[in-house]
Amino acid sequence: MDSCFITKSCSIFGKEVLVDGSSVYSVDHATGFGEFIKAVYKHFGIRFPKFYKMDSLSKLAFITSELLLNGIDIKHRFKPEEIGIVLVNSSSTLEIDERHYRTIEDKSNYFPSPALFVYTLPNIMVGEIAIRNKIMGENITFVAEKYDPELLVEYVNLLMANGKIKGCICGWVEYDRTGIRYESYMYLVEKKDFTNRNVKFEASFLEKQYRDMKVYNYGTINQ
Amino acid sequence: MVHIAGDNVISSLGFTTSENIDRLIKGVCGIKLSDDKKISQVTVPVSLVDSNRLESEFGKILPDRQYTRLEKISLLSIKDALSGTGIDGSDKRTGIIFSTTKGNIDLLDRELASQYKEQRIHLWSAAKEIRNYLGNPNEPIIVSNACISGSLAIVVGQRLLKSGKYDHIIITGADIVSEFVISGFQSFQALSEEPCRPFDRDRSGISIGEGAGTIILTSDPDIEKRGGKIAVLGGGSSNDANHISGPSRTGDGLYFAINTALKESDLKGEEINYISAHGTGTEYNDEMEARAISWASLEDKPVNSFKGYIGHTLGAAGVIESVFSIESLKRDLLFSSMGFENPGVSKELNIIKSNTIAPLKHCLKLASGFGGCNAAVVYSKA
Repeated sequence: MDSCFITKSCSIFGKEVLVDGSSVYSVDHATGFGEFIKAVYKHFGIRFPKFYKMDSLSKLAFITSELLLNGIDIKHRFKPEEIGIVLVNSSSTLEIDERHYRTIEDKSNYFPSPALFVYTLPNIMVGEIAIRNKIMGENITFVAEKYDPELLVEYVNLLMANGKIKGCICGWVEYDRTGIRYESYMYLVEKKDFTNRNVKFEASFLEKQYRDMKVYNYGTINQ
Repeated sequence: MVHIAGDNVISSLGFTTSENIDRLIKGVCGIKLSDDKKISQVTVPVSLVDSNRLESEFGKILPDRQYTRLEKISLLSIKDALSGTGIDGSDKRTGIIFSTTKGNIDLLDRELASQYKEQRIHLWSAAKEIRNYLGNPNEPIIVSNACISGSLAIVVGQRLLKSGKYDHIIITGADIVSEFVISGFQSFQALSEEPCRPFDRDRSGISIGEGAGTIILTSDPDIEKRGGKIAVLGGGSSNDANHISGPSRTGDGLYFAINTALKESDLKGEEINYISAHGTGTEYNDEMEARAISWASLEDKPVNSFKGYIGHTLGAAGVIESVFSIESLKRDLLFSSMGFENPGVSKELNIIKSNTIAPLKHCLKLASGFGGCNAAVVYSKA
């Protein structure tokens, strides 16, 4: 099987945004995720009012995808059905699940909301990215205990080899139950290497990059 | 080739595939009004697995470890599906795919949660219980992709077998009825007050159901010879890229998925004998599906939805309904689309009004869900 290429990557760890492994934006002062992600949205001049309606997991996925695709005309490169989205996370939507649960826990104060409930599915973040970029190809959300790019690489390679897609936005988007720990690492994978940098789409590379970013950010892999 | 070596369905209609099929043949509806305040604050029609039977069946297999309701139906389903296949669930060449939307969501309740480790609410933790029960060394693959999870899990399984990663794959889809899910659909005003009526003029929403379904896929030629009468020929997924909580108005996304599945199966649309629709009973879903079916020039094909019998079983739906469709192929029997009386979509479909004997070779299974996702799978008689 011919190897595919990572033509760009974007990640968010803690209060830092990295594109192709280099820091492009960071916030020093202590803020929560909500303030931080809004600051990123504004800093990069992203315009998509629906962003404000999204839950935290979708915001994290959406902003990462925006900065991943920034400057790349994917509509020109692929037909809508030729590009896929494959994302993985660990906590599914537990943070928003708990918020929805709080609206029904107290029977004297019962107010479930469709605006919350719709975000209790992890593939909604895939839907948001698809809508924004008019992506209609193969798409899936896997859940795994830990970051492990092996299945993702294997599956995306199968889609590519079967000719089902020519490009894929894929990666890891995790927002934990408490909202304290969050991280994303997304990459654009293509059959043709438009960049001539020859970064092969391999699990060992993605594992090392992830570890390096994590250690750089937290000083340890065990965060 | 990828074949089906074994299967099981646990639903309101029974604990084995054949129990379920007997009830389908007799036209039994498993959706009943419930006034259980743990599920809903108002009376609501739901399709529930019999709790007493669940406890007694489960007591026979593993009495000494504590499992959640979701895990119990999943483990019973796997055990029954594996029996008689000759496939070893603990073999490293046997993979596991678990499909669910909300997993152990009942563990948001603190009292119930206190009986388990905190991590048990994670989808991967429930999947680990399945892996450990089987003694399987592989990391379970978890697909959580809204209402298409089950169908998509089968597509993923077929792809991984074709690539040679495994020789066999156990695919289990499961979800339970919870106030979490019922209240959410109530807030969308998407629940029907009577058992759901897919494609009918007077349909008024979905009914929620619970259950587990298992399909064992194999690429082992010996097992194919023994009993693998049905093959998974092809499949595909797509996204509407239109709206997160409403399907495409045109059906273009589902149409793409149908095309992908047919192309991979090397079949023309006219060769399909039967369509097992997603058919939730909501205004928008059924209309969108009718348009996609029509767009693919399949409107003359017999079509049904099984949701009139057991409701929408969420992450289990694609697996359970695939098992029912496979039984249709094996028996050359088309099941009536329960709840349908009068046409209620803008395209004229050939909806199955009564159980009918017909020679069947190729079946197309459809699924669509929140997030704009669609899936299509083709099953064929070998």
